[in-house]
Amino acid sequence: MEAPQALAAERTRVEIIDCAKTYPGGAQVLRPTTLTVEPGEVLALLGPSGCGKTTLLRVIAGLVDPDRGGRVAFNGEDVTARPIEQRAVGMVFQHYALFPQMTVEANIGYGLRVRGVAPQKIRQRVGEVIELVRLGGLEQRRPAQLSGGQRQRVALARAVAVQPRVLLLDEPLTALDAKLKEALRDELAQLLRDLHITAVHVTHDQNEALAIADRLAVMHAGCIVQVGPGEDLYRQPGHPFVAEFLGRVNRLRLDGRCSLALGGVALPCPAALAGHDTVLVRPEDVRVITAAVPPASDAHGAGWGRARVLQRTFLGDRVLLRLGVDGQADAIVSDQPRDCPAMSGDTVFIGIDPARLMPAALKDPA
Amino acid sequence: MTAGQRGRVDAPVLLAITVAVTLFTVLPMLVSVTAGVTHNFSRGLASGLTTRWIEEVWALYGSTAWRSVLLALACVVVALLVGVPCAWALARSRTRAARLFEELLTLPVAVPGLASALALILAYGQLRGFRQSFAFILVGHVVFTLPFMVRTVSAAFARDDLQSLDEAARSLGASFLQRFLGVLVPAVAPSIVAGSLMVFTLSVGEFNLTWMLHTPLTRTLPVGLADSYASMRIEIGSAYTLVFFIVILPILWGMQALARWIENTHGSSPGPGR
Repeated sequence: MEAPQALAAERTRVEIIDCAKTYPGGAQVLRPTTLTVEPGEVLALLGPSGCGKTTLLRVIAGLVDPDRGGRVAFNGEDVTARPIEQRAVGMVFQHYALFPQMTVEANIGYGLRVRGVAPQKIRQRVGEVIELVRLGGLEQRRPAQLSGGQRQRVALARAVAVQPRVLLLDEPLTALDAKLKEALRDELAQLLRDLHITAVHVTHDQNEALAIADRLAVMHAGCIVQVGPGEDLYRQPGHPFVAEFLGRVNRLRLDGRCSLALGGVALPCPAALAGHDTVLVRPEDVRVITAAVPPASDAHGAGWGRARVLQRTFLGDRVLLRLGVDGQADAIVSDQPRDCPAMSGDTVFIGIDPARLMPAALKDPA
Repeated sequence: MTAGQRGRVDAPVLLAITVAVTLFTVLPMLVSVTAGVTHNFSRGLASGLTTRWIEEVWALYGSTAWRSVLLALACVVVALLVGVPCAWALARSRTRAARLFEELLTLPVAVPGLASALALILAYGQLRGFRQSFAFILVGHVVFTLPFMVRTVSAAFARDDLQSLDEAARSLGASFLQRFLGVLVPAVAPSIVAGSLMVFTLSVGEFNLTWMLHTPLTRTLPVGLADSYASMRIEIGSAYTLVFFIVILPILWGMQALARWIENTHGSSPGPGR
């Protein structure tokens, strides 16, 4: 038995069918939602706080019952009526919820102990999992004697030790500081790949979702607004909320004839944007040229407008320029490589590929 | 310590006040203890020191000391068996009935012990065997001390991290009993010990209820104390106080050491940076 296969659980397809949640007060925190998580897939539920992502996770876990009519199925088997104890899900909590009086080893073995697994088998399985999450040597420590990252790994190890059908992660990195978070994010992503386990990961952090998940389900006001691979959602957001939530955007005003006034030139916009008065563009799609005279033309045939650098923010790996542009009330942010020579007060040339413009919501979605 | 410079400026005044208050409160105890080992209190220490009174108290009332300790321990056991599950139920329930029950539970603390005792006698006084046994006094003590156990433990059970611990154990397939005994109770062990300590202390010193409920065969230490004050010479009453200290203090110190030990092994919060 090769180790990674032994650790891999059954691959489960998770289906959420028409699940809504209305609380006794009448607030519907989750609108009727249908979503399928493919076997072995890592799906992120991404959205701001209060969007219903945690409720949806708890519906899958069996900690929250969906409203009448909603169903949850694992590999086609309806598990809606089963409480969490009988769903065979592994859960990693935001603050880990490690049992404080138990050692690392006892924490990880808990699920096997309550199932009445033979002590020898427990030892073997706990040993495998400890090796997997690289906690060797810490077996006898208590949670209070561990660092934040180590606790996070114990929580993960405890959840996967029982070979759950689905792994559910509720903001698993939120409690960590920024630097550690980034390191653990990649580690967690790798671990989930190695486990080949179906996982649902709740987060409000887009970078975390993009790094860990195969697919993202972006949620807003109790609804899933778009599902897809992170790159697709980022490049072609199908919903204005997705564009604004995933990554940064500039909001630009269009004039009545669907053209964009940009520092003295008028950029014609694609017909798809007709009827909109506001469009969005990502900072990395705002091109800037720091020459004395504008190039005669450019790749996408639109002219170059004039802009003034209001502010230059050096971020180490890149530079953000805040640009004041005639025709636009708000400053436009451009993301430039770190060797960008433009300084505060300089005049530069600005260009945007009209194909990169995205529609904004007619009304502000926030 | 953290006040630094300011602490130094305030210190003389604070120190004077603290010393004065301490002396004022400690002095009666010292006088009483001294009286218990003095030949003749009315003639003062000049009459010489003796252990005679202590020996006399031990011969007359020694049995009440052990009875009180056993009663207090029994009271702790009952308060644990009844109070801890009750605390969990109250911490988890958000119904109005639960809140009402919590209020009712606290009532015996506010109502004079004499009144609770009278009610117990009226209700169960006819049950001879019960009335004359220690169980009768035990019931009175549990009624009086239970709210202290329930309040302390229920506050601990109500913490957010306990809810997560419960959910974590559930997700791992644990039944309610497995979760309750294996995860939740150990996680609030420091509060349970604190509650037990309080119950023990209150039970050992309880007088009002016990005085009403006791029979000549079920006298506790504080009741014996009252008896000695009322009917014996002042030296015997004072020596009795000394005996009380000698019996109770080591037990309390032992329990506090146990509480600290449990606090150290169980007390740390499971969450990161919390």
